[in-house]
Amino acid sequence: MTAGGSAGDRVDTTGRADAATGGWRSRVATILLLGPTSAWYVLLLLAPLVILVAFSFGARAPEGGYAPAFQLDNYLELPTRITAFTNTLWMAVAGTVLCLIVGYPLAYYLATRAGSKRTILVVLVVVPFWTSFLIRTYAWLTILGNNGIPALLDRVGVRDVVLLNTTPAVMLGIVYNYLPLMVFPLYVSLERLDKRLLEASKDLGAGRLATFRQVTLPLSAPGLLSGILLVFIPIMGEYIIPALLGGGKVFFIGNALVDLFLQSRDWPLGSAASIVLIIVTLVAVSLYLWLGSRGQVRREISIL
Amino acid sequence: MDREEFRRHYVDWQRGRISRRQFMQVTGLGLAAAVIAACAPSTGASSSAAAPSASAAGPSAAGSATPLASAAGIDPMSDWTPPKGVELGTELVITTWPNYHDPKTIQQFTDLTGVKVELNPLGSNEEMLAKLLIGNTGWDVLVPTNYTFETYGSKKLVEQLDVAKLPRLTAADLARYDQHLLAPAYYPKGSTALFGFNKDWGTTGYTVNTKHVTKPMATWKDFFDLAQTDYSGKVTIHDYQLTSIGNALVYNGYSFNSVDEAELAKAEEVLLAVKKHLFAITSDYQPAMKAGDAWIAMTWTNDAVQLHRAFPEIEYIIGSDGGEIWSDFFAVVTGTGHRDAAYAFLDFMATPKVGAKDAEFHGAPLVDSLMVDLLPTSVTSNKITYPDKAALTKLEFGTAELLTNKARADLWARFKAA
Repeated sequence: MTAGGSAGDRVDTTGRADAATGGWRSRVATILLLGPTSAWYVLLLLAPLVILVAFSFGARAPEGGYAPAFQLDNYLELPTRITAFTNTLWMAVAGTVLCLIVGYPLAYYLATRAGSKRTILVVLVVVPFWTSFLIRTYAWLTILGNNGIPALLDRVGVRDVVLLNTTPAVMLGIVYNYLPLMVFPLYVSLERLDKRLLEASKDLGAGRLATFRQVTLPLSAPGLLSGILLVFIPIMGEYIIPALLGGGKVFFIGNALVDLFLQSRDWPLGSAASIVLIIVTLVAVSLYLWLGSRGQVRREISIL
Repeated sequence: MDREEFRRHYVDWQRGRISRRQFMQVTGLGLAAAVIAACAPSTGASSSAAAPSASAAGPSAAGSATPLASAAGIDPMSDWTPPKGVELGTELVITTWPNYHDPKTIQQFTDLTGVKVELNPLGSNEEMLAKLLIGNTGWDVLVPTNYTFETYGSKKLVEQLDVAKLPRLTAADLARYDQHLLAPAYYPKGSTALFGFNKDWGTTGYTVNTKHVTKPMATWKDFFDLAQTDYSGKVTIHDYQLTSIGNALVYNGYSFNSVDEAELAKAEEVLLAVKKHLFAITSDYQPAMKAGDAWIAMTWTNDAVQLHRAFPEIEYIIGSDGGEIWSDFFAVVTGTGHRDAAYAFLDFMATPKVGAKDAEFHGAPLVDSLMVDLLPTSVTSNKITYPDKAALTKLEFGTAELLTNKARADLWARFKAA
């Protein structure tokens, strides 16, 4: 919705600029150029959202699907699904933090220490993205399954290790798949970091830790902020990773939604859950951005 | 024979590795043998084990091929030929279940008709219904289960079969079917309006890897109890309300089909208690059983046959305290864009030779007695495919209301999200 609004704003400003130069042609051109975008947002974002809101107050038809009604039952039913919500939230937070812990040193190394190997290392981070997300996640099924790592451990005497279909397996899948989204914004920020500032900090007597805390970290904050958003938001809506590596036991709200639409055919309840998921994500992100803005951090616009 | 197959045979032959069966197949002697076997009365006796209600399919049907020739004058034992003067198009989408069709059968249909078949496997009848309700599926043929016809018929989601387009399925042909298993395809119930005909039937039991599972198991009580103790972490159940809730009901001594509030609450307790001990909640359990991730899996007949074929130590158990017996049907989606191709495919599958060959792959028992007679003894003597009649007495067909019952749907969604 915000994207739609800002697109509209842009039409206005450019319109005014054009009026000043008196070019109605360029005005038409602007409208024509923005037409597809606007149509896209109205048809594929706004309209479905309106339908979703309308459905969330409806009732389940006897054979499943949607029957017109106006009631709050669906929202009142949601507390019974609280586990899926809390599970999604904590996994999203934990997944983001893990991506950060793994990604920051990597980005730092790539940006400051990699030297001539930098290009090849950056390419190596990108290469997995050339294969389908689904296939890469499937590969983990074999690696974590009984004939994979547990079989190797068995040989060295560690028996009965179960990795597949556990929370750590899902977490691993998340970090594996989302890591590049964390690394790149950080890399861009760190790469631009003026190395002379680090020298200055050292000259002024700051230790390594103090330099990192007071110079490097604040200056990489824009990338940090973007990276966290880029990772957190998609994890909130994650479906495939828990479906494949969680065996139907590690359950995200995305999995609950698929079940509600395809198994129990309770569209109204599914719609209500979707709306609440959007709200939860919006609140979490706004809170996060607000905290960020209090810290005077500007987002890495080039990425997000 | 395609190129790949030829190459394989050629390499086998080069290395001097050719089996009698392959030899017969390649030279066409296998087919001849099958026909002779089908015509010889003595071999037909194996069929008696086939049908759960023996009334309809007696061994007598096996006797000879010709007397049963249908009214249209087609010898049921003859090869299927595409309908003449009908433009079948080039595409057909069949929405079905995983591991349920021999790729060779599908290829044979394509070779005969030029129609390319796309198989679209789903996880449950509920998912099939959900997508049908949304509409515009692009599906042509379905393989729904017995309990769906009440809803599919009343909502007109599948069409009443136009028997004129199915020369291989005359009244005489249908008379060979086990009526008990065919009955669900009539809508309204008890009428003569036919909405599908049987692909096969089967049971829902569980497979056990006897290499690891040493405790004797026979019931759903054993299944859910041992899943929480000795075999914790090694058990899978279906991602499917019908069977998973149904068998948890059987655990408590209730009907597989119960929709009673108190009984469902009991079943939910069992499911919730067992959840943290499960390896997975999935309807695609063959990989987990094969890899050894799971030792016990809630399983349908055809998967059990395929698993046992690959790993003889994997055995199949039908709950002696109850469970499900099912039959699956071929049906035509209302408003299909490839109606003629859909009917051609159904007619093709109604051909005894085709159905029998297909069953050798998927492993589910057949309903047409003529098809059963064509099966090799290795199939008809397989106790997984054709269990003793006594094993089936306590099993129940899923009832129509279970497809749309809200209490069960809610329970399943709650259980999954718990």
